[in-house]
Amino acid sequence: MFESLQESLGSALRSLRGRGKLTEANMREGLRSVQTALLEADVSFQAVKDFMARVSEQAVGETVLRSLNPTQQLVGIVHQELINLMGPVDHSLHLKPPLSILMLCGLQGSGKTTTCGKLGRMLIERGKKPMLVAADLQRPAAITQLEVLGQNIGIPVHAEYESKDPVAVCRRAVDAAKKAEVDVVILDTAGRLHVDEELMQQLSTIERRVQPDQVYFVVDSMTGQDAVNSAQAFNEALELDGVILTKLDGDARGGAALSVKAVTGVPIKFIGTGEHLDSLEEFHPDRMAGRILGMGDILSLVEQAQEKFDREEMQAQEERLRKGEFTLDDFRKQLKQIKKLGPMQKVLSMLPGMGQMQDLMANMDAEGDMRRLGGVIDSMTPDEKRNPKLIDQSRRRRIAAGSGVEPHEVNELVKQYDGMADIMKRMAGLGMRDRMKAVQQLSQQAAANPMGRLGVKKQGTGKRLTPKERAKLKKEREKELRKRKRDKKDKK
Amino acid sequence: MGIFDKFKQGLKKTTQLLNTDIRDLFKSEGRLVDDEFLDQLFERLIKTDMGVRSAQETVDTVRTAFRGRVVQLSEVLEEFKKKLKALMAQPAEPIRFAAGGPTVIMVCGVNGCGKTTTIAKLAKLFSDSGKKVVLGAADTFRAAAVEQLTVWAGRLGAEIVTGDQGSDPASVAHRAVAKALEIGADVCIVDTAGRLQTQHNLMQELSKIHRVIGKQIPEAPHEVILVLDATTGQNGISQAQHFTEAVRCTGIILAKLDGTAKGGVVVAIRQSVGLPVKYVGVGEQADDLALFEPDPFVDALFDEVGRKK
Repeated sequence: MFESLQESLGSALRSLRGRGKLTEANMREGLRSVQTALLEADVSFQAVKDFMARVSEQAVGETVLRSLNPTQQLVGIVHQELINLMGPVDHSLHLKPPLSILMLCGLQGSGKTTTCGKLGRMLIERGKKPMLVAADLQRPAAITQLEVLGQNIGIPVHAEYESKDPVAVCRRAVDAAKKAEVDVVILDTAGRLHVDEELMQQLSTIERRVQPDQVYFVVDSMTGQDAVNSAQAFNEALELDGVILTKLDGDARGGAALSVKAVTGVPIKFIGTGEHLDSLEEFHPDRMAGRILGMGDILSLVEQAQEKFDREEMQAQEERLRKGEFTLDDFRKQLKQIKKLGPMQKVLSMLPGMGQMQDLMANMDAEGDMRRLGGVIDSMTPDEKRNPKLIDQSRRRRIAAGSGVEPHEVNELVKQYDGMADIMKRMAGLGMRDRMKAVQQLSQQAAANPMGRLGVKKQGTGKRLTPKERAKLKKEREKELRKRKRDKKDKK
Repeated sequence: MGIFDKFKQGLKKTTQLLNTDIRDLFKSEGRLVDDEFLDQLFERLIKTDMGVRSAQETVDTVRTAFRGRVVQLSEVLEEFKKKLKALMAQPAEPIRFAAGGPTVIMVCGVNGCGKTTTIAKLAKLFSDSGKKVVLGAADTFRAAAVEQLTVWAGRLGAEIVTGDQGSDPASVAHRAVAKALEIGADVCIVDTAGRLQTQHNLMQELSKIHRVIGKQIPEAPHEVILVLDATTGQNGISQAQHFTEAVRCTGIILAKLDGTAKGGVVVAIRQSVGLPVKYVGVGEQADDLALFEPDPFVDALFDEVGRKK
């Protein structure tokens, strides 16, 4: 998500870094790369222009040039302006009893129906009783799609297979909702082109007749320069209350977020980050801006971690860590906890500086690896988990057979664990902030050395001895040999 | 030429927009090519989604050719066309049919780019030319995707092979090809679930479908079509790259060109990945599909500007 923009902006600003002082000339070059980065991210031309004007106005001035750390200040300005451009936000759905009506609209294929299901699920989690309305009578089987989604999350769906008039369907749906025990109605309208006057007219008719409390514009984050045109047209026809940005789990740079906000002034409420129905998140411009600039999305990660990690388990582990104990059992538990956070790549993408890592990860099956690792650990005896040094050739063979991997993979795991344990012990004494720093350091190491394993400190193999010791050993061996010879002679 | 007219019609909005834009730049007696002029030109090009690189190149050409001179519109236009045509030059390439037996066409793309509608249009095109078509509904992931294609098959009178939701898409593809062989169909079109190009596992699933299709007919699929939404911005390049990597795409169908989006990203894709555009989708009806022709494409963009000079 926003990875690529983050990278290009990062490199643009990197070219500013490392130079002792900013001159107007080299800053202009840097700002030019910022502009190119934004354009390549599909931010609309006008939005880029305004953005650059605001940034240069503040940056090229004397304040920056004379300040002590101009680079940081420039990054600060770009960051702040990005936040300004995308914010402020308002995540509230503005529900009011007894019945609220939400309406989704957008171009074809922007993800309205899926988002409809996601919103329904979110509302159920908040203890509401939503109902979905299939007002897309254009696309074949759109009604069926919504009904299936409704069934999956256990929400009633108002569907009229015979009707040809979406306005009537919506009105009847609202009437039905008033009678049923429902407090939120979500209208899934058909996708339409903003230049199709007839269909846009139909949309305003629905709005007039049904009077939805909130109208959301659903927009594909991969949209290019045209995002401005469609957003504007929909905003004029309907007076939008919010924007939902979809398909942000891909590598789209998502410039549409900046452009749509700039042109309509309507806040972005939610972002869709996956195909599954729980992948709808609140939009945070500061986090997004942070990600764009390579500062990472630590906040989201921490939030998710708090939500999904088992608190007691965490505390118990902390306790053990503090004592400097970190066994394979703990490693296994950590793997499980991390799994709860979601797909590995998503987690990684939220860590600062992990943008490049993600590219490297692209060809690795992180989940599969984690599953295999778990399997290997599960095949160990409690003793082995506590003290992996016990694992000899025979035990290794047994573990490998038990978990369906090659014996050398067991070895690799133990090596990884060694590296991990080392880090964990180092981190145990640190606070949250220092720990993040340590993780960042680690990720930089990993990025610089992608093929390497977690750094394992080289240890003595136990066979490298000082000359003195070697001499002593040699003496002993010779003594032993002589003794055996003597014994043989005696037997004879 | 019916199809050509339709193609032009779809592009009309694009052309109209470009017309006004470019005429704004040129006063009747010609104007000086200076930085401001070039910046404005850059803006117009950026707005086509053709990408910063192509736009910059085009602007650079204009700069070296006309810098500091007072120019006529037609002069710059010629330079434009030359540049764009050179970029998009490619043989008009419709579907390559197999020498014997059914031609298998696999259709892929990201979520919501218009795959299923495009397949319906292709099926219509083929059955109108007297070919027997089998559709394989291998989108077993999205709710009601199979139903959507079934409705189209019913409307077009095409055979369809389906699977249950959640079942293995490769097996549906396999059965679709088997069906095509069995009933001696001319064309077999396999639909796949929309997937973002960064989802590694799903891309592997796509490669598997591709492999499975090749098991019954060694050279199949004969065509692998990437459907691209015309509103897509620079992410289209990443889509073209990743899908081509996974399933060796043979061409693009540019869908939803009837809006105000210009689909200029195909210029950038042509530059970086080399994929040709085969057809363009210009409406919601089953026959709203037109052959992509690069020269008329470029001409249609600038035709009226030249005439109205």
